[in-house]
Amino acid sequence: MSSEPTIALGTARVGFRGRIKAIAAGRVAAGMSAPELERRLIELGFVEGADVEILHQGLFGGDPIAVRVAHTTIGLRRREAMAILVSVGAEP
Amino acid sequence: MSVTASAAAPVVALVGNPNCGKTALFNALTGSRQKVANYPGVTVEKKVGPLTTPAGRTVRIVDLPGTYSLRARSPDEEVTRDIVLGRTQSDVIPDLIVCVADASNLRLALRLVLELKQVGRPVMLSLNMMDIARKRGIEIDIEKLGRELGLPVVSSVAVRRGGTDALLAEIDRRLAAAQAATGTLWTTPDATALRRAQKEADRILASVVKGQGKPDSLTTRVDAVLLHPVAGLVVLLAILFVMFQAVFAWAEPGMNAIEAIFHFLGDLVARLPLPDLLKSFLKDGLIGGVGSVIVFLPQIVILFFFILLLEDLGYMARAAFLMDRIMGGAGLHGRAFIPLLSSFACAIPGVMATRVIDDRRDRLTTILVAPLMTCSARIPVYTLIIGAFIPDREVWGFVGLQGLVMFGLYTLGIASALAVSFVVKRLIWRGKPGEPFMLELPDYKLPQAKSLAIGLWTRATIFLKRAGTIILSMMILIWVLASFPQPPKGATEPSINYSLAARIGTAIQPLTAPLGFNWQINVALIPGMAAREVAVGSLGTIYAISGGEEATDKIAQALSSQWSLATALAFLAWYVFAPQCASTLAVIRRETGGWRWLWVTFFYMLALAYVAAFLTYRIAIAFGGG
Repeated sequence: MSSEPTIALGTARVGFRGRIKAIAAGRVAAGMSAPELERRLIELGFVEGADVEILHQGLFGGDPIAVRVAHTTIGLRRREAMAILVSVGAEP
Repeated sequence: MSVTASAAAPVVALVGNPNCGKTALFNALTGSRQKVANYPGVTVEKKVGPLTTPAGRTVRIVDLPGTYSLRARSPDEEVTRDIVLGRTQSDVIPDLIVCVADASNLRLALRLVLELKQVGRPVMLSLNMMDIARKRGIEIDIEKLGRELGLPVVSSVAVRRGGTDALLAEIDRRLAAAQAATGTLWTTPDATALRRAQKEADRILASVVKGQGKPDSLTTRVDAVLLHPVAGLVVLLAILFVMFQAVFAWAEPGMNAIEAIFHFLGDLVARLPLPDLLKSFLKDGLIGGVGSVIVFLPQIVILFFFILLLEDLGYMARAAFLMDRIMGGAGLHGRAFIPLLSSFACAIPGVMATRVIDDRRDRLTTILVAPLMTCSARIPVYTLIIGAFIPDREVWGFVGLQGLVMFGLYTLGIASALAVSFVVKRLIWRGKPGEPFMLELPDYKLPQAKSLAIGLWTRATIFLKRAGTIILSMMILIWVLASFPQPPKGATEPSINYSLAARIGTAIQPLTAPLGFNWQINVALIPGMAAREVAVGSLGTIYAISGGEEATDKIAQALSSQWSLATALAFLAWYVFAPQCASTLAVIRRETGGWRWLWVTFFYMLALAYVAAFLTYRIAIAFGGG
C-alpha cells in the first residue's frame, strides 16, 4: 500500500482513475487557508479511501475538471485539486 | 389566519444538501400557500408554508437554504446554521428538523445527518426521490439505516400523490412525542472531525445500501456532450441565444394584450364625468405609468422560466463549470455566471443570487458589475430611441441595422462588466488568489411543472408588488411635477413649461449640456432613478402627448424632430452605464451590509455614464451628427 506511487489529482488527465491517499492542503496557494481548503474538500466527499475519476475538463488549459468522487460529481479547479493526492490505477 | 399557520404553530425545518429535492418536497407539502420573504437583516429568502398533518395538527414548514455542513461559509448557509441552532431573532425556531436526502446520492447527506444529530433538537431523515433511486437499482435498508443513525427514517417521493404520507405520519409522531430540545453538543468541526464523520457515513452507507455501483447512465451520456470542452460551450451559447430570442419573440403577444388592457382602462377613465385634472391624474399618471411597467411582465416571466427550468434540470452548475475559466480571465468566479445571467432580467435578483458565492471579494465584484448587464428595464428605452433615430434598413444584405445597434448595446454592457471586474481585481484586490471553484454537478432531473409554476408565480408577484409600490409612487410624483404649478391664465406656451419639472430640468442644464441633453431629458432622468423604464413614460408626459397604443410612435416622432442624432446616441450611451435604478442600489446596500458599496457602485457607474455620453456626443458631432 505505502509503496504505491501517488500523484496530485490536479495533474491527472481525463479518464484517470485512482483512490485518495491524502489531502495535503498545505501544498496549494489557494484563496483561503490550508485548514479551510481541507475542510471544504472533505465536505464535498474528498476523504482518504474514496475512489475518484476525472470525467471532464474545460477548454482552456484543461481547467476546471469534473471529478467523480464515490457517487457524486464535483467540479473544481486544478489548482485546488493539487491538494488531493491519489494512488495511480486503483481498481474500483 | 385560515391559510397561514399562526405564529404559535410548531416549526418543522427542512435541511439538506443543495439539489436534494428539498424545495420540491417543500412545494409538495405546502403547495402554493407558501410565503416568500427575507430573513431579518439579510436578503436570503425565507420560505414558510402552513401544513395540516393527518392528525389535524397545524405546523409551519420552513425551507432552509441547501448546505453541506452547519459550518456556514456564505450568508445562505449562515441562515441555515442559525435557524437549526435556534440562534435567530426571528420566531422560526424548529421543533423538528427533517433532514432531506437524495436517496440516489446519500453519501454527503449522511455526514450532514451525523452533524445535525449533535444539535440537540429532534431530527429525522427523509429519503427523497426514492423512485429514482429504485429505478437505478439502488436498494436501501431503511430500517437498518434508522438503527445505525439512531433516528427515524422514512422515504418520500415529493412529486407523486401520496408520496409524502410516510413523512407526514412520522412528523405527527415526532411532534406528539414533544421531545424538548436538549443543550447543543455541536461545535464547529475541524478537518479531523469532518473526516471521522465522513468515514462513519461511508461505513453506514456500505452496510445499508446495495447496488450503488453505477452512475446515472443518462447523466453520463448527456454530460458527454454538455460538458465537452467545445460542444459544451456551443450548446451553452445556443441555449442563451434561444433564451434571448424567446424573451423578445414570445413575449410580444402578451405585451400587446397588456397594452391593450391599459389602453382600454385609460379610455374608460377619459369618458368618465370627472374634472380634467383628476382625469389626467388617473389616465396619464396612474394607468399610463403603471401600465408602461407592467407591460414587461411577460418578458420577465419568460426569462425566469428559462432560468428556473435550467436550474431544475441541473444545468446551471454545468454552465458555471463551462464558464469558470472564461470568466476567471476577467477576474470573475465561475459561480458569478448565474447572477449575471439573471441580471439580464433585472439586476435585483441578480445581486441577490450572488449569495451562492462564498468569497466576499468575489461576491462584491459580481455585485459591482451586475447592474451593467442590460436589464429588461432598459429595453423600452433602447427600443424607443433606436426606433426614432436608427434607420430601419439592412446592412451587409441580411442584418437589420436597428437589431444590430440593439445587439451592440448588449455587447457594450457585457464588455464593460468584464472590463470593470478586471480592473477591480487588478487594482483593488491585487495579489490575492481567487476563491476556489468547487461545485457539485448534480444528476440531471426532469423538472416538475408544479415546482416551476410556483417559482414563476413567486417571481411574478414580486415584480407586480414592485410595480404597485415604487413605480406607482414615482409615476404619481412625475405627474405632480409636470402638472404643477398650473400655467397662468392666457398662457401661450405649453403648460409643462410653467411646471416644477421644467424648473428642475433647467436648473441641472449646465451639468448635462456637455452631453447634449436638453431640460426635458433631465426631467426624465430623475424619475428614471426609481425605475429605468419610467423615463419612456416621463418623456411622453413631458412632450405633452396623450397616451394610447400609438403613444410610442408619437413619442418617437416628437423626439426625432427635437433631438439631434448626437443627443440620441449620447442618451443611449448614458443608459448603458448610468446607475439609474434606486431599487438596485437599495438591494446592493442590503446585500453588502452598508452604504459604502452603494456609493462605490453609484459613483463609478455615474462616472462611466458621463464619460461615455460625453465622448459619444462629441464624436457624433465630429461626424456631422449634431
